[in-house]
Amino acid sequence: MAAATLACKLVARAAGREHVRPGEIVTCGVDLAMFHDSSGPRRLQPMLEELGAAIWDKSKVVLVMDHYVPERSEDARRIVRIARDWARDQALPHVYDSMGICHVVVPQHGHIRPGMFCVGGDSHSPTGGAFGAYMFGIGATEMLGVVATGQIWVQAPRTIRMRWEGRLAAGVTAKDMMLALIARFGMNGGAYQAVEYAGGAVRALGMNERMTLSNMSAELGAQVGLVAPDEVTRDWLAAHGAPGVDIAPWFSDDGSADEEHVFDAGALAPQVAAPYSPANGHGVGELAGTRIDAAYIGACTGAKLDDLRFAAHVLRRRRVAPGVRLMVAPASLADRAAAEREGTLQVLLDAGAQLLPSACGVCAGYGDSLAEGETVISSTARNFKGRMGPPSTRVFLASAYTVAASAAAGRIADPREVLA
Amino acid sequence: MKRPVVAKASHRVWRVGADIDTDALAPGAWMQHGVEVIAQHCLESVRPEFAAQVRPGDVLAAGPNFGIGSSREQAAAALRHLGVAAVIAPSYSGLFFRNAFNLGLLLLTCARAHELAEGEQVAIDARAGRIVTGAGRTLPTDPIPGFLLDMVEAGGLLPQLKQRYPARSTP
Repeated sequence: MAAATLACKLVARAAGREHVRPGEIVTCGVDLAMFHDSSGPRRLQPMLEELGAAIWDKSKVVLVMDHYVPERSEDARRIVRIARDWARDQALPHVYDSMGICHVVVPQHGHIRPGMFCVGGDSHSPTGGAFGAYMFGIGATEMLGVVATGQIWVQAPRTIRMRWEGRLAAGVTAKDMMLALIARFGMNGGAYQAVEYAGGAVRALGMNERMTLSNMSAELGAQVGLVAPDEVTRDWLAAHGAPGVDIAPWFSDDGSADEEHVFDAGALAPQVAAPYSPANGHGVGELAGTRIDAAYIGACTGAKLDDLRFAAHVLRRRRVAPGVRLMVAPASLADRAAAEREGTLQVLLDAGAQLLPSACGVCAGYGDSLAEGETVISSTARNFKGRMGPPSTRVFLASAYTVAASAAAGRIADPREVLA
Repeated sequence: MKRPVVAKASHRVWRVGADIDTDALAPGAWMQHGVEVIAQHCLESVRPEFAAQVRPGDVLAAGPNFGIGSSREQAAAALRHLGVAAVIAPSYSGLFFRNAFNLGLLLLTCARAHELAEGEQVAIDARAGRIVTGAGRTLPTDPIPGFLLDMVEAGGLLPQLKQRYPARSTP
């Protein structure tokens, strides 16, 4: 049999086939459907009722309230209430309410494991690929189809392998790898295929950082962003309530990638994406000195425990520059609690950071937002016009290291100068 | 009622640029509202006059990567609500592509979409894979799997599922 990619192996398993070829359209059984308060119940419930259908398997559904919590308006209260009432009426077994962002909370509870085929009602659902699961985002109507039938169609993807050799320098992270890839290949560079991250520099990353690679595969335009599971994956899952996962079958055969690009991790500088596209990335040196009004460490891609540690590493014994505000919204309550226990959170607070709820809020433009004409440097995933407030708000994207260094300087700054 | 994807009608073209994202189509600030409100803000950061002036049957001709960004299907729903008959672009976000067909919005992939001019009239034949301009030029479009064209003709996934679950009662 021809060499197969991890992506095609995952699709074949879900389709009940020995193998699939890139381009083939197949129907897959869904192992897990994740949705949140915004795209989930408020859109699904009326359609399910209209259809007269029931949830195909409640044990395979996970609901997370993260977009409109904490509720800031009557509309938000109404939307979250619909989700809570529906969760109760349906007796859903897996509900995480105001505990953090779905892409972080769901894996942290061991729901996403190697070999699974999963869908999520949010574009950053490729985050699940960090665990060797085929996971992608879909809209509410397509989620209705999944919830009613347990199935979804997929076109078996080509695999673009991004091989990072060498070792990242101090102050350079997975976020920088992704901003560099998106700048090079564009927001549709992934062409809705599978991107697989490989090489020594990827193997050396912990799960937090691998999740950032997979998460921002959405900005690269891939359907899924995969990292083949290994001992790091197995140990992390065992520590998060999913012991005994089988990683053995889930790897790409030698020579199976349809396209491969090789990068030297050691040569990578911190990256910053200027408004209004994640693909507008530059080495930090090109944008250093740009004045900022605010700095934000938040979102599913930029406020996990490792990101909080990166920021604290920079801000230890430093303070946020006068006139600049630093907002920190840990990605989950678990990350926040861990950061609190180890003293990381205190370092950030001592530096003058303002602690925000563990929710999507500012990043999604759903809750707190920036003011007219403000410039923010942010560890989030998107800087589209109007993303975080009025269209005049300018968002620069960077790693938590770079955001923290910039917050201390009051202008975009290279974290390596602080860390040196 | 089925909406034929082989259209004899003449469609007026609106031109927009590359990388039109979902925040432009369905701005976050309006997401707590229904599609009828979101639609009034569709593309306002790019074409402020669009929502007020678009007419049912009009089509959008766009640059590459139309619909990049969020999974929010209101991006496609807003265009449908305004009566946009189709989007014509060289490439799409894969997620938006799925959402559009699920909501009954026709997307045509056309490498020569840039040849369409603002305000010009075109005819569309999705099954034959072509766009014919008022001046008689024919632009080829990429083939679309038949099951997706069927979905557009049915008006989207929900009407299709209704045919599949005619007899089930609410639990």
